[in-house]
Amino acid sequence: MNATATITFKDSLLAHFEQSLPSLFGDAQLRRKAALYFEEKGIPNRKWEDYKYINPEAVLKSDFGFRTNRMREITPHDINEFKLVKDSIVIVIANGIYSAELSPMNTLPVGITISNIADAVVSNEIAKKHYAKYAKFDADPFVALNTAMCAGGVFVHVAKNVQTKTPIQIIHVSNFETPSIAQPRNLIVVEESAEAIVIESYETIGPIKTFLNTLTEVYVGPNAKFDHYRIQTEGENAFQMNTLQASVCGNSLYNTYTFTLGGIFTRNNLNILFTEKNGEAHLYGLYPITNSQVVDNHTIVDHAVPNCMSNELYKGVVNEKASATFNGKIFVRPDAQKTNAFQTNRNILLSDDATVNTKPQLEIYADDVKCSHGTSTGKVNEDAMFYLQARGIGKESARALLIRAFAEEVVDQVKIEELRDYIDKRIDSILK
Amino acid sequence: MITIKNLHASVDGKEILKGLSLEVKDGEVHAIMGPNGSGKSTLASVLAGKSEYEVTAGEVIFNGKNLLELSAEDRAREGVFLAFQYPVEIPGVSNINFLKTSINEIRAYKGLGPIEPKEFLAMVKEKQKLVELDGKLTGRSVNEGFSGGEKKRNEIFQMAMLEPSLGILDETDSGLDIDALRIVANGVNKLRDAKRSFILVTHYQRLLDYIVPDFVHVLYNGRIVKSGTKELALELEEKGYDWLKSESVEA
Ligand SMILES: Nc1ncnc2c1ncn2[C@@H]1O[C@H](COP(=O)(O)OP(=O)(O)OP(=O)(O)O)[C@@H](O)[C@H]1O
Ligand SMILES: [Mg+2]
Repeated sequence: MNATATITFKDSLLAHFEQSLPSLFGDAQLRRKAALYFEEKGIPNRKWEDYKYINPEAVLKSDFGFRTNRMREITPHDINEFKLVKDSIVIVIANGIYSAELSPMNTLPVGITISNIADAVVSNEIAKKHYAKYAKFDADPFVALNTAMCAGGVFVHVAKNVQTKTPIQIIHVSNFETPSIAQPRNLIVVEESAEAIVIESYETIGPIKTFLNTLTEVYVGPNAKFDHYRIQTEGENAFQMNTLQASVCGNSLYNTYTFTLGGIFTRNNLNILFTEKNGEAHLYGLYPITNSQVVDNHTIVDHAVPNCMSNELYKGVVNEKASATFNGKIFVRPDAQKTNAFQTNRNILLSDDATVNTKPQLEIYADDVKCSHGTSTGKVNEDAMFYLQARGIGKESARALLIRAFAEEVVDQVKIEELRDYIDKRIDSILK
Repeated sequence: MITIKNLHASVDGKEILKGLSLEVKDGEVHAIMGPNGSGKSTLASVLAGKSEYEVTAGEVIFNGKNLLELSAEDRAREGVFLAFQYPVEIPGVSNINFLKTSINEIRAYKGLGPIEPKEFLAMVKEKQKLVELDGKLTGRSVNEGFSGGEKKRNEIFQMAMLEPSLGILDETDSGLDIDALRIVANGVNKLRDAKRSFILVTHYQRLLDYIVPDFVHVLYNGRIVKSGTKELALELEEKGYDWLKSESVEA
């Protein structure tokens, strides 16, 4: 064994942090604190309660570099391929950094601001006010790591009373020369009585291993409406830690749609906090996965105030040796009377080697509430299979029909037709 | 049409059909009656190809083919249709989509191309009328939220769409109100012709007033213990099954 082998990935990460700190945007003090926290906690492994079924420590070995300059070109042609909705505003985060060239902002509707987060955090008062306010670095080592080391991302602002129907797509795309970790950081602020649609998508070009530690903070102002789609279609070379931290104000509606259709290792942390009365949130998730894909959805809905409603529906189709985890926490705090909180997780196992771990965790400290949860994991319904076969439908198409029907309950929630068609096609290709 | 010889079938190691024989010729209607648990639905399921039933002896020849060697879907494609006693609900699969897939897979088996959308829609309209099925139901998911009677009518609607050569109706009349019974029977009668045969499983003589059978059989304890004509059903209505049970024990 040579001497360098004893330097762990964490050590070199921290050494790189010291080196690059002067060039990183924003509050160096905050970054340093976050780095210290990460140093103390380390990279989570299976011994951690929240990482029982997914092991970032085993993935993050020294072969991942963190110099984001070792990358291949990403062309407008590539971006065009990743565009999901024809009439949309496209933002590109290339290898973790906001790309001004690939994100032409010449035709932005009035009231929408889009800019490199590195600039916004320095010069935009609103960005300064919201940045790092919702995602606390001591919540998770990956939040800490992102807070310490993020080098780019986007700031999206939708001004008060501005209601836009044009989706804003944030394309995260990686095309590295050597195995690399990238840590984009986004902030989306939808102000009072505003309306917005954002699609975050994740892509890789080429076969080089990537680890994306992405963090998005969301603020949904009073009486606002925000549809937030996240579509993971990275290649088999892609590992991802994805954290979304949202703060939802009174009388507002926040819809999240989490589709995990690609990647080899995906952890989604989706955390929603209600801060004022009469907030409403819907959390939809779908993970049709196969081969040796690992997907872990951790959600937290925090009913910290009264009269809010949350509804969660996550569904999985798990084939071959794939493994899926669903962990849904719902907190109903002592003051949060008249809370409605519902949660459902359903899974279909298509092979004997596939695994599903599902765990609802309801912590209810108020008494006048309506809460429910349900989970199920099983094979394709045999009676339904026979019914279809007895009508002349072959085994394979009968199975595909039933799985499509199972998934459709989630896909149907997607309000953009182009997006629905795209997701349907991806599901079909996964099932083949 | 179909010849069943000495059929033995079991489920979970328990023998349910114990040497059942039956011959149905082209264009005939046979009614099968018998007490609860005697094996009527089992016979229907075995003929339709449900895999959990194990055939341990006997043979079934359907239009010259060994039926028991075919998969469930191939039996349907060859012209066997089972109207289920308890039609299953399939959320998320629309009735229309399901029927189109079904028709096209059957056509493909026969070497035909997909049905023209126009022709398909015209057929849906026509057959819906036949069983007076509400058009709204065909747009919904298969049987989801259908009432008991609607489910049964949907089975006959599907049968009319698929035009099988052998229709096996497992208690399609149970749970139907008088009007629905008449509608369903009428639907079946319209499908009757010299080339199409039916096996009607029923508990009630009343159905046979509407669909007049050529033969009536009593299935008891996994075997046909008595066969006769329409009059046998009337006799059963009057006397019940006990006299046959003791007779079959003696036999
Ligand atoms: N999957 C199964 N597992 C175990 N036993 C079964 C199964 N299917 C049928 N049986 C048994 O086989 C016997 C015959 O059942 P079957 O459903 O064929 O009766 P049936 O004549 O259709 O009765 P009914 O008039 O009540 O519809 C019953 O005792 C039933 O419990
Ligand atoms: Mg029965």
